[in-house]
Amino acid sequence: MNVPVVSARGLQRFYEVKEGFLSKPKILRALSGIDFDLQPGKTLAIVGESGCGKSTLARLVTMIEEPTSGTLIIEGKEVSTSDWAGLRKSVQIVFQDPYGSLNPRHKISDILMEPLVINRPDMPASVREIRAREMLTLVGLRPEHFDRYPHMFSGGQRQRISIARALMLDPKILVLDEPVSALDVSIQSQILNLLVELQDRLGLAYLFISHDLSVVRHFADDVIVMYLGRAVERATKERLFNQPRHPYSKALLSTTPRADPEAKRDRIKLEGELPSPLDNLPGCAFAPRCWLATDACRAQRPKLEGDDHQVACFHPL
Amino acid sequence: MVDNTSSNGVTRPGPLREFWYYFRENRGAVFGFWFFVGFVFCAAFAPWLSPYDPTEQFRDHILQPPAWQEGGSWTYPLGTDPLGRDMLSRLISGARYSFFVGIVVVTISASSGIIFGLLSGFAPRWLDSVIMRVMDIILAFPSLLLALVLVAILGPSLTNAMIAIAIVLQPHFVRLTRASVLAERQKDYVTSARVAGAGLRRLMFVTVLPNCLAPIIVQGALSFSTAILDAAALGFLGMGAQPPTPEWGTMLAESREFILRAWWVVTLPGLAILVTVLAINLMGDGLRDALDPKLKRS
Repeated sequence: MNVPVVSARGLQRFYEVKEGFLSKPKILRALSGIDFDLQPGKTLAIVGESGCGKSTLARLVTMIEEPTSGTLIIEGKEVSTSDWAGLRKSVQIVFQDPYGSLNPRHKISDILMEPLVINRPDMPASVREIRAREMLTLVGLRPEHFDRYPHMFSGGQRQRISIARALMLDPKILVLDEPVSALDVSIQSQILNLLVELQDRLGLAYLFISHDLSVVRHFADDVIVMYLGRAVERATKERLFNQPRHPYSKALLSTTPRADPEAKRDRIKLEGELPSPLDNLPGCAFAPRCWLATDACRAQRPKLEGDDHQVACFHPL
Repeated sequence: MVDNTSSNGVTRPGPLREFWYYFRENRGAVFGFWFFVGFVFCAAFAPWLSPYDPTEQFRDHILQPPAWQEGGSWTYPLGTDPLGRDMLSRLISGARYSFFVGIVVVTISASSGIIFGLLSGFAPRWLDSVIMRVMDIILAFPSLLLALVLVAILGPSLTNAMIAIAIVLQPHFVRLTRASVLAERQKDYVTSARVAGAGLRRLMFVTVLPNCLAPIIVQGALSFSTAILDAAALGFLGMGAQPPTPEWGTMLAESREFILRAWWVVTLPGLAILVTVLAINLMGDGLRDALDPKLKRS
């Protein structure tokens, strides 16, 4: 029971950055070790500001890039580059920008059927078409949309098409890389409701990447807060939103707008900038901006500890 | 639940209609287009349009001037050349050769250029560098000089001239394709195709190539005129089509010595080359205006 569909252990991804002709290439630590388990039918949200490694994580899980080190286990199988092709069917992705993620020269029918053409070459063309049409209705589009081109659709409709395409191979895991942040607020809720509905119906597990905490609050089961390539806190949604323990999580939560004009605003303002991922700081990455930081924080890196509510901090709130 | 914004009764014009709408705005391009249509018509129906066989010699009517000049007659509307061949028939047949050169050169150089461009856009860095440096070397030569050298190696004939011109023009296609491929490769739909498991060949030809075609089509149209011009130049230098082929450049070369005595023998083929190349260039400019989304007023 409770076998995770995806689990990651110590997942890392470094890039080499060349600065000059003769200087040694520097190492950019986009993702420096992250662990998580994603249960079937659940949603795990990854939140953090730009540059914290969220999208790199998405690219590793969808097997677009190879991890520098660490293990990734998908549906009980440890992933290595040689069996990427076989595992593609289980993990699919929906991108942030609905205007860039659909091929402008392909019809919706081709966009939807392409995954089947590639992965199920034995399937007859008529069956492919039937399945693509079913999927179109499932995501709330009409049959006459089948033969149109992407430029004839609005952003929300395009995102529905992206979701339909991702579901064509019956994946167990859907990576949602900020799927609604490019959409109008009114369309956002439609897409989120669609995603919830599809999760119930198809038993999908979502890896939901976002920087929008109001969306996460509505959508996720578990939340991981990331800062500079590392997880700083992980907990269930309720716990994290009611009682954040890491100072960064608290600061992040204090910035989400609320629909109550009377509420007292005690927004925590963070000073300074995100440290460069090129410098490998010895201590806690958040220490330079943290109002609770002590010398211990700058000297040593806290580990992610705890049972249900894990936090990487020497002075948890 | 369904958000419909595109089905409010206004239908978008088809891509061809839309293209023509933008193309029509450029008057020169429309003129070029109709001239090009006439040129293609001449080339296609040359044997039926021309009054005489282009190589038939009428020995009694050597160097007869065009019909409107003194001594001319409507039997030979544009006069005859030093061997008594009908100029009009030769010019019409010449269109056929020029069109043939244009088509063959553009086909060879565009197809090989697209393949190399795609390869270098997708290849690892070292292979990309190798391909692009080779193209830079080809581009560093003056194009006509390189074509001359190639023809000198291959031997003078129209076929060899076409091969040489195709090699000279090909780097432009390679660079253009590579640049578009590099820009398109960054986009999410390419990543999305990779996540769906698309192989390299599918990524190149099905996913990326159709999105790079607009600038390549424009370059193809402009290369068409360059090919005609270069073929005429090679013919003029005696390295292209050989006499008695009624190729425009070869005709010019044959009649150089009559430039003072019989202006029509030299002027008419030159004029044919000039007008054709001008018309195709105008059309190419119009194509670019109509196909480039950045120049579009929407």
